[in-house]
Amino acid sequence: MRSGNANSGTRWADAELTARAQPLVEYTLRLADDALVLSQRLGEWITRAPELEEDVALANIALDLLGQARALLTYAGQTEGAGRDEDALAYLRDDREFRNVLLVEQPNGDFAVTMARQLVFAAYQYELYDRLRASADQTLAAVAAKAVKEVAYHREHAALWVRRLGDGTDESRLRMVAGLDAIRPFVDELFDTDDLISQLGAVAVDPADLREPWAAYVDAVLIDVGLELPDPDHTARGGRLGLHGEALGYLLAEMQHLHRSHPGASW
Amino acid sequence: MDGSDEQEAAFYAIIDADGRIEPRDDMPEAYRRSLVRQIAQHAHSEIIGMQPEGNWISRAPSLRRKAILLAKVQDEAGHGLYLYAAAETLGVSRDELLDKLHTRRQKYSSIFNYPTLTWADVGAIGWLVDGAAITNQIPLTRCSYGPYARAMVRICKEESFHQRQGFEALLALTRGTPEQKAMAQDALNRWWYPSLAMFGPPDTEGGGAKRSTHTEQSMRWGIKRFSNDELRQRFVDMTVPQADVLGLRMPDPDLRWNDERGHYDFTPPDWDELFAVINGDGPCNAQRIEHRVSAHHEGQWVRDAASAYAAKRQRHLEGVA
Repeated sequence: MRSGNANSGTRWADAELTARAQPLVEYTLRLADDALVLSQRLGEWITRAPELEEDVALANIALDLLGQARALLTYAGQTEGAGRDEDALAYLRDDREFRNVLLVEQPNGDFAVTMARQLVFAAYQYELYDRLRASADQTLAAVAAKAVKEVAYHREHAALWVRRLGDGTDESRLRMVAGLDAIRPFVDELFDTDDLISQLGAVAVDPADLREPWAAYVDAVLIDVGLELPDPDHTARGGRLGLHGEALGYLLAEMQHLHRSHPGASW
Repeated sequence: MDGSDEQEAAFYAIIDADGRIEPRDDMPEAYRRSLVRQIAQHAHSEIIGMQPEGNWISRAPSLRRKAILLAKVQDEAGHGLYLYAAAETLGVSRDELLDKLHTRRQKYSSIFNYPTLTWADVGAIGWLVDGAAITNQIPLTRCSYGPYARAMVRICKEESFHQRQGFEALLALTRGTPEQKAMAQDALNRWWYPSLAMFGPPDTEGGGAKRSTHTEQSMRWGIKRFSNDELRQRFVDMTVPQADVLGLRMPDPDLRWNDERGHYDFTPPDWDELFAVINGDGPCNAQRIEHRVSAHHEGQWVRDAASAYAAKRQRHLEGVA
């Protein structure tokens, strides 16, 4: 049965409580929502990219992330056992129920902002999936084993562009510096650890362990062209608790409206 | 080719033997120009065609449909790339061709000047527009110019996949709720005649003499194999039974099987509308070009940076060597 049937306030509140009571579901939703929201953002570039090759590349990355999100959402729904499929989870949760980090919901900005976000996120996701391959949970391990190969390419793609923009023209360098500034407040949240992670033990990867290898990769790319990640003037957090920026509401409104306009319909 | 008899004879010998002209071969200047125009128009159609469908990526109603649509629009960008590359073998650069598109000196398929108003339009484009495109393009896989013919082989494979996906997306709607079925019927009503118009003006009617000269020349050169009307008929004959499977009504009261001809009779599109849209007076002509031009302008600093970076690396490598 499709998601729409369960589309009543009471059922959703129940489902949300179930999710909280199920650490594996909650953890899987974190991974899934990061991929889904970033895919949605990258999709906004298509037909607007600086060159045709980048329309292809950004669509390809968006598609990889969407594939990861679908596998993870499906698994979260199965584990939860409340009858929610990938679409129920993607289209029928409100922004307070989304578990993505704030970084991925940030508006695209110019190409430099997008590439700064891509470098930071792909380098993080690479280290994450690389370790998640050894998860005690076989499904998460299998998703990670496939995704890590895709993300290796996303990371290289972003690194190449950050180098080009950082050491291209005066304008591109200024924009690249501004891009790194723009995303810097959202970096630290990636590496936050919490009780959920310790509860899950060998199933989850501790984000705190990723910081060092992540920094080694990102710093090498930036140093190569004389750039650095600035010290943040502030940091923003809260995504894992469903405390998002205002931008996410608009992203979800656009993504969800058609699905929600036809409750119970199959597409 | 400077038109020497010997070169011309060699060219026509290849054409008459149904062989392929390759970039290194001599070819009449008019043949080269005609191909550049056709391949460029085809490439432009691929990249402008990304817009009406891209319009629904963010709103696709299921994640599966979103993935299919993303992959489709990505394929279109890829087709644009092969086709610009095929045109480059004829001595024109992608930049030159894009400039002509942006300044409206070259055209793209008029169909993309119609808006995608509902989700069903994405299915209708796949089913009808890609269906018409395949009908037009399959004969081009045997076109006399090698690089174009080879690009078309790959493109046709992907297009036929897109057409099946479009049909399947519409089937989900027609088997769905009454609102979904109405959405599908409305999309067919709006896209049917513009799809028929994709084959170009009729072979004989209204100013036909000039057009048929062009068709004859293209046929002589082995670029075009069938006339506009032949291809249009083939498309109608293929599509009508598919509409029956979908349970949709063709928006043409005069459409019926003609036993004598062995084909469907149908109402032709409004040619005045086709020419008006070709000449810039369609619902989205201005929007499509503005979107493309603004993406191009906004990307200029990125492309400049990539060139500057490549030049620096090159100098660095030479300095090291």
